[in-house]
Amino acid sequence: MTETTTALVPYEDATARYDTVIGIEVHVELGTRSKMFCPAPAVFGEEANTSVSPVSLGLPGALPVVNEAAVEYAIRIGLALNCEIAETCRFARKNYFYPDIPKNYQISQYDEPIAHDGWLDVELEDGTVFRVEIERAHLEEDAGKNTHVGGSAGRIHGAEYSLVDYNRAGIPLVEIVTRPITGAGERAPEVARAYVQTLRDIFRALEVSEARMERGNVRADVNVSLRPAPDAPFGTRTETKNVNSFRSIERAVRFEVSRQAAVLDAGGSVTQETRHFHEDTGETTSGRVKSDSEDYRYFPEPDLVPLAPSREWVEEIRASLPELPAARRRRLQSEWGFADSQMRDVVNAGALDIIVETVAAGAPPAAARKWWMGELARTANERGVALAELPVTPAHVAELQSLVDAGRINDKLARQALEGVLAGEGTPSQVVESRGLEVVSDDGALLAAVDEALAAQPDVVEKIRSGNQGPVGAIIGAVMKATRGQADAARVRELVLQRVGEG
Amino acid sequence: MPTLDRNEVARVAALARIDLTDAELDRLADELQVIVASVEKVSEVATPDVPATSHPLPLVNTMRADVPEAPLAIADVLAGAPESEDGKFLGPQILGEDA
Repeated sequence: MTETTTALVPYEDATARYDTVIGIEVHVELGTRSKMFCPAPAVFGEEANTSVSPVSLGLPGALPVVNEAAVEYAIRIGLALNCEIAETCRFARKNYFYPDIPKNYQISQYDEPIAHDGWLDVELEDGTVFRVEIERAHLEEDAGKNTHVGGSAGRIHGAEYSLVDYNRAGIPLVEIVTRPITGAGERAPEVARAYVQTLRDIFRALEVSEARMERGNVRADVNVSLRPAPDAPFGTRTETKNVNSFRSIERAVRFEVSRQAAVLDAGGSVTQETRHFHEDTGETTSGRVKSDSEDYRYFPEPDLVPLAPSREWVEEIRASLPELPAARRRRLQSEWGFADSQMRDVVNAGALDIIVETVAAGAPPAAARKWWMGELARTANERGVALAELPVTPAHVAELQSLVDAGRINDKLARQALEGVLAGEGTPSQVVESRGLEVVSDDGALLAAVDEALAAQPDVVEKIRSGNQGPVGAIIGAVMKATRGQADAARVRELVLQRVGEG
Repeated sequence: MPTLDRNEVARVAALARIDLTDAELDRLADELQVIVASVEKVSEVATPDVPATSHPLPLVNTMRADVPEAPLAIADVLAGAPESEDGKFLGPQILGEDA
């Protein structure tokens, strides 16, 4: 189903005329060692169909058994999202016919999710905090992967066919569903992005998933609808499936707002449907018309008994939850004494962990921030890599700063030393050594340069002698130039004044 | 009392990809209605103090430890495949493919 040119309303005009409501479903693959309902290894990137069991394949007679770690991870996620953990819940069959699910049903949870009624505070880039209400978080199994082989590439006489790999089938998933998110207005795309980003950080902190977007560990379906005013009933929504990067989430929402506004402006009505997001164009296109949930013929999974997580277990898990990212950021900011804007810049640049490590390696927080957010951020940006991918470690930066603090190099020399480290010349101390960058504070060497500078500028000497210390800087500058920036400026100043006084 | 008329049976059959003839639809609609009626009788005696149940076994929390075991050998995995290619199941083109 392809569409001809999609009419769009400029985003600002769309949000001026309509109120945006979004809803987000996030699937996260849990990092358990084995699958949700069978002991086949839960792995990524292995040869096709080498991590499957009779249960993954839905072979007749194969019976599922629940993975306890997956249940624990789901409870961890539920608690971190301020949810109630169900005293008892059950699994359900979601029936559909698609080759990625060989049983013809996915084991999921329907009317009794393991966690429900929570919330998550999401911080936007400018520091605004937006609360997202969580409707539910439930456990289910992932599906296999289909590959479509096109006509020309096909081996069977140019036919088109499909290949299926079931390694992913049965990997545990938790699906987190928000309530409709209202009140975000024109910032809805940003809220959507920040929400998923916040979740990703939480999954990692909880150690329930590697949460790598590029591997599809975290996948988002984004619902968007428009209404004429914030007090009007919800409009018809579309669901854009499998948007798999933070930037794409933001773009997909923006696109849908512009598209739906055009449909409504033209007097049309939005079709309730699934849509696909295209990374290359930033557009969504029509998928299938959304089937109502009844079409899945959900019913309780007869092969599994209910789950009844004891309150003791839940409290034990609650007590073992690690510090969550937002609390950690608040603690670090206060420990480091960073201003709100400084902290935001650090977080937005993805430099938090690397600064933590640099401080742990002995650098003062302000210095760690200065290097990583200045010189190194610039270099990373030029090279188009992440900070962590630079050939500079937190230990290097801490060492560099300790050389500055010990007076062995000044800031300018430190930057040169850093260049050396970035060029793979070794540790900061090694670079200082090999490039001969050390500050010259040896009087003999300095005096020669001072005398030369004084002799070159007799008028300045006169001014200083007549009590005007202003021009001392000009002499120091000349000495620094002559020593290629390696002179100890404070000592040079002393020597200049001493020499002029002697004269 | 909930009913399961012929149209409903046809709809559920279509969802389950079961191709039924007109005669089968007539027969099943009648038979299923008897089943629905029987279940309804159970509801009559299920007073509010009888908890709803989704499972006949009085068990909860049947779980296993998260310990991986050897998967099936690839030859066994593909033994039931109509055709295969590069270790994957090969089937007809999937129509209306989502991705």
